[in-house]
Amino acid sequence: MLKFRDVDFLQVGSLLSPDELLVRDSTRQWAEQNLTPIIETCAREGRFPLELVPEMGRMSFFGATLRDFGCAGMSNVEYGLVMQELERVDSGIRSFVSVQSALVMFPISTFGSEEQKQRWLPPLSTGEVIGCFGLTESDFGSNPGGMRTTARHVGDEVVLNGEKMWITSGSISQLAVIWAKDEEGSIRGYLVETDRPGFRAEDVHGKYSLRASVTSGLVLQDVRIPAGNELPEARGLRSALQCLSQARYGIGWGVLGAAMQCYDTALQYAGFRKQFGDKPIAAHQLVQQKLVWMITEISKAQLLALHVGRLKDQGKADFSHISMLKRNNVAIALETARLARDILGANGIADEYPVFRHMANLESVNTYEGTHDIHTLIIGEKITGLGAFY
Amino acid sequence: MKLLVCLKQVPAKDAPLKLNSAGSWIVEDVSYEVSEPDAYALEEALRQKEAHGGEVTVITVGPQRAAQVLREALAKGADKAIHVEGDGTQLLDSFATAEAITRAIPGQHFDLILTGLQSDDSGAAQVGVILAELMGIPHATIIMQIEPVPGGVRVKRELEGGAFQYLEMPTPAVLTIQSGINKLRYATLMGIKQAKSKPLSKINAETDGISVELNRLVIERLYVPGAQKKTERITGTAKDAAARIASVLKAQGIGAGE
Ligand SMILES: Cc1cc2nc3c(=O)[nH]c(=O)nc-3n(C[C@H](O)[C@H](O)[C@H](O)COP(=O)(O)OP(=O)(O)OC[C@H]3O[C@@H](n4cnc5c(N)ncnc54)[C@H](O)[C@@H]3O)c2cc1C
Repeated sequence: MLKFRDVDFLQVGSLLSPDELLVRDSTRQWAEQNLTPIIETCAREGRFPLELVPEMGRMSFFGATLRDFGCAGMSNVEYGLVMQELERVDSGIRSFVSVQSALVMFPISTFGSEEQKQRWLPPLSTGEVIGCFGLTESDFGSNPGGMRTTARHVGDEVVLNGEKMWITSGSISQLAVIWAKDEEGSIRGYLVETDRPGFRAEDVHGKYSLRASVTSGLVLQDVRIPAGNELPEARGLRSALQCLSQARYGIGWGVLGAAMQCYDTALQYAGFRKQFGDKPIAAHQLVQQKLVWMITEISKAQLLALHVGRLKDQGKADFSHISMLKRNNVAIALETARLARDILGANGIADEYPVFRHMANLESVNTYEGTHDIHTLIIGEKITGLGAFY
Repeated sequence: MKLLVCLKQVPAKDAPLKLNSAGSWIVEDVSYEVSEPDAYALEEALRQKEAHGGEVTVITVGPQRAAQVLREALAKGADKAIHVEGDGTQLLDSFATAEAITRAIPGQHFDLILTGLQSDDSGAAQVGVILAELMGIPHATIIMQIEPVPGGVRVKRELEGGAFQYLEMPTPAVLTIQSGINKLRYATLMGIKQAKSKPLSKINAETDGISVELNRLVIERLYVPGAQKKTERITGTAKDAAARIASVLKAQGIGAGE
């Protein structure tokens, strides 16, 4: 495995504060020492490294932007840098942290009661409790508003029925945030302990992507929870989308890590691989063109991520800004991975180099949290005022 | 126990070094990190504090960028930091650096002052030793273990050839720490946040009278050793060839004394 050299053509690092650099470097060091050595085996075996969860908790990776309950109170830029460094190793690991932080801890902190926060946030921040987020159903992906899962109030209990699909960390979770329609047809969020009778999680097998992450289907059959498990402030699909906005922001940074890793691998490889005489392939114009495309797009994407991060820290980031960040950065990361794979030739398809794994992972990232095209429609509606979804 | 740990910021281990045009120093466009043995010295100090109570202060002598090693140390759990700051302080030699540290801590009492055994860049292994001399306190080098005893410490020193020396010494004292003696911790996000409110005091090197004028060591020239390719083909019978190989190895000092 080639040693990663930082990728910073435009000196974007000079725009970071000393503390932001410390967050990046410390996470990078942790990831290189703890994740890099095992990630290829995990992906090959289709195994999420559960043993590293307590360690990630000690690093305060979970809910890092939250201020209380044992969370680190990082800025959005600092959180973004953590995502970048984790996804530089693997999108599946970043997915785990994204879900725990943005899709489980964030909704509890934003929409939860004081009691729910006290009960769940501390163990979620250490990783003693793992959480998942159940919005998607097999028939409702891009259009979650059509969901069929229901919540019925019976006395002081709520009874949940339905099936969720493609749920990250589903079968390893102790807590599921389930989105369901109540009697009025309004979408609400519910905290469901996964050991309740009627709750079942079954893993999706045969994935070619995000193999080091757990993806499950959830079945809820007359699952009874106390009415106190309803997230009191979560109202309508809007609340669920607010969580997604949080997670998409992290993805916009995370994929930069994957792109930087692929670019650096391709650059180093092209420097020592020789064909047609004694010249490295990097000396050929066609190869240079690919490398130049990659570094230009990565540099622009770094600036985009940093700018949206600064806006978010000032409370000025709109959901459509985050859509642009997610849409652009995932697309260029995926294209960078594909070009890097091409430059590596036959070596590009083997797991001696991390490129193919990143490329396959990024196909999932392109789809989840709003597909590339759905973000096109979100931005399109924002600038024209005309929705084009239906 | 009050501990002081001396940290040096050095070019990152895998940084591609280029010389400046005068050949007097490197081009400083590389990334930097804390010198590895110093990181172990800090880790040992934090462990001593956690086991026996006390306070850990960290100090560095260096330009503005060197403050990063102090921030990292505070994030890992050090309590206070002192930065002797000045342009060109990276050019100070061991003596001037030790002098700068002494002048930065007048009247402050430390039971133990820890340094790394040597720095990853110049590798002189002198700052700790000279510091002890300037302060008039005892020192011991290449320390692998520290255990407080009444009135002092019992330490384990690494000698050559896998041998160790155990000795008891009074405090205050300077110990230079060997790499790899413990497991380094990471600066956690929580630690980084907490470090923001810890004191980091800056001392202007110039007003303290610290400059390269104090150096006793002069760098004549830095250069990249040229690659030399010398191949000798050894031919003849196996017996003659073996004798020739043995004499070549002996001439290079390999296997001597066995
Ligand atoms: C590995 C993985 C992990 C996941 N984890 C989670 C999780 O933890 N929790 C969760 O709730 N979900 C999760 N998901 C689900 C994910 O969010 C959905 O897959 C995603 O929203 C897309 O839905 P879909 O797969 O049903 O695709 P579809 O919605 O069927 O889309 C298929 C194609 O049609 C296009 N399309 C759809 N509608 C339109 C339109 N109006 N105009 C133009 N084109 C359109 C899409 O852009 C896409 O190209 C995960 C998915 C994966 C792959």
